[in-house]
Amino acid sequence: MKILVPVKRVVDYNVKVRVRGDGSGVELAGVKMAINPFDEIAVEEAVRLREASMATEVVAVSCGPTACQETLRTALAMGADRAILVETDAELQPLAVAKLLKAVADKEQPDLVICGKQAIDDDANQTGQILAALMGRGQATFASKLVLSGRTLEVTREVDGGLETLALELPAVVTADLRLNEPRYATLPNIMKAKKKPLEVLPAGALGVDVAPRLRHTRHAEPEARKAGIRVADVAELVSRLKNEAKVI
Amino acid sequence: MKTLVIAEHDNAALAPATLNVLAAAARLGGEVDLLVAGQDCRAVAEVAAAVAGVARVILVDAPAYKDQLAENLAALVVAQVRTKSYGAVLAAASAFGKNLAPRVAALLDVAQVSDVVSITAVGRYVRPIYAGNVLVSVESDEPVQVLTVRPTSFDAVAATGGAATVEEAQAEADLGLSRLVGRALSKSERPELGSAAIVVSGGRGLGNGDNYQQVLAPLADRLGAALGASRAAVDAGYVPNDYQVGQTGKIVAPGLYLAVGISGAIQHLAGMKDSKVIVAINKDPDAPIFQVADYGLVGDLFEAVPQLTASLAS
Ligand SMILES: Cc1cc2nc3c(=O)[nH]c(=O)nc-3n(C[C@H](O)[C@H](O)[C@H](O)COP(=O)(O)OP(=O)(O)OC[C@H]3O[C@@H](n4cnc5c(N)ncnc54)[C@H](O)[C@@H]3O)c2cc1C
Repeated sequence: MKILVPVKRVVDYNVKVRVRGDGSGVELAGVKMAINPFDEIAVEEAVRLREASMATEVVAVSCGPTACQETLRTALAMGADRAILVETDAELQPLAVAKLLKAVADKEQPDLVICGKQAIDDDANQTGQILAALMGRGQATFASKLVLSGRTLEVTREVDGGLETLALELPAVVTADLRLNEPRYATLPNIMKAKKKPLEVLPAGALGVDVAPRLRHTRHAEPEARKAGIRVADVAELVSRLKNEAKVI
Repeated sequence: MKTLVIAEHDNAALAPATLNVLAAAARLGGEVDLLVAGQDCRAVAEVAAAVAGVARVILVDAPAYKDQLAENLAALVVAQVRTKSYGAVLAAASAFGKNLAPRVAALLDVAQVSDVVSITAVGRYVRPIYAGNVLVSVESDEPVQVLTVRPTSFDAVAATGGAATVEEAQAEADLGLSRLVGRALSKSERPELGSAAIVVSGGRGLGNGDNYQQVLAPLADRLGAALGASRAAVDAGYVPNDYQVGQTGKIVAPGLYLAVGISGAIQHLAGMKDSKVIVAINKDPDAPIFQVADYGLVGDLFEAVPQLTASLAS
């Protein structure tokens, strides 16, 4: 069984991003980049399935510029077997990414695709769902648990009211939530080994997909900062201010 | 242009967020229809017909929609869009809407705009990115505008006063791509986290689930508040996942948010910084939560919270 895991290179989650002075976007120069945390969880889950002999091969794929090779090396160091970079310098929106992934899936014929549920840069939460639709397959989003038996996958999902479990026949698309697993740290020997694992570069243009952006991002701004509050001395002052000043209790 | 809003419901009751989505739909101008797809859900359709601003309730009652599976629902929504020429499809940016809407957009080959917080015209939106640290203005010329909208950013329309017609529509085929095995939903007498007027939220500072219940629950009871939590508190098993507030949990904007033993990581702030009044109780005077708090109390929560609860009783 083959698992495809799409991974995205994003600004590290510890970085507080700044908008460029002219509002044209977010300042990325000199900013620390990392694998999207949800994708890291997806890679971990796929590697665990292979380690449990439920899967035979884990293929990581990323769409974007050359620098995404770094992200793919991270996935390889965690245990993915090989990687594919769909290379382009063009701005990619979720629909375009999903179409590129669909083209890769058509070639690779994975039994399972595990995506992260959202990327922490654009927070779109779309790609897995779009890919499932384009593939005409079932989807299980926001997964916190996967149980595979034969060709049936049971996925527990985090929904607003609690948890829900779905059953899907493979092939299917799953998107990973935070509590699916705790990703391992790549060890130095595995980082070294990852450098020798196969990483194929496919020019996005060769996949015959229209990736032109459909949405225009015309202006970026930082939200209004909350005005500084005050420190209260004790609980009595807090209660008095909430009652008399804020009038919220 | 006509807009189709996807009702969120459990075959028995309409989710409150749907009223916020209808408010967003009204900003687009034109007629707004509401799709109620489920099984034995006529009661929901009748309640929905009374909601202000709804032109038609489209009721589709079939086993394929009983469990609100995205594959079947998306195919139905697309069929409705094609036969009735809707120019926009809106759902809440809830677990339900986030699961469904991108599948609809994909089948229509249009780009979806996620988590819209402001609508100035058809195709002119604002949405947060980077955990709410950046607001981006988005323009779309897509022939069908598919949006998920952040419920807390739009004031709910009135639940009554409307007089929509209820029209039954044909179900599409059951695709059989997924099936519900079961649900484990949290039961609570407390207000719903997403729409509560007051939220009491606890973090890792509570130490364990027993403390969370013994220290925070009485305060929430006294205030008639919903209970929430940080990711750390959920990961450590103090409370179930549906308590999580943040970038990847629920977005709340109550009149009063009390953050207790929560440090204030950006991912947590993303879920609560639009609250009207924020109170932080934390023993670390440098905790980032104090930067967004209107009222900060530096101290041990195990002393402060019981005192607070007691002083609210008198
Ligand atoms: C991709 C991603 C998504 C995330 N999404 C979310 C999300 O949606 N929501 C979320 O909350 N987090 C999210 N996080 C996690 C986030 O980064 C933080 O790790 C988390 O919010 C920390 O939770 P906490 O404040 O409870 O714990 P901590 O940061 O450990 O803070 C505990 C606080 O309790 C205080 N404290 C301890 N004891 C006491 C006491 N006796 N009295 C008073 N104060 C005390 C401490 O001073 C400290 O400030 C996400 C992280 C990632 C990487």
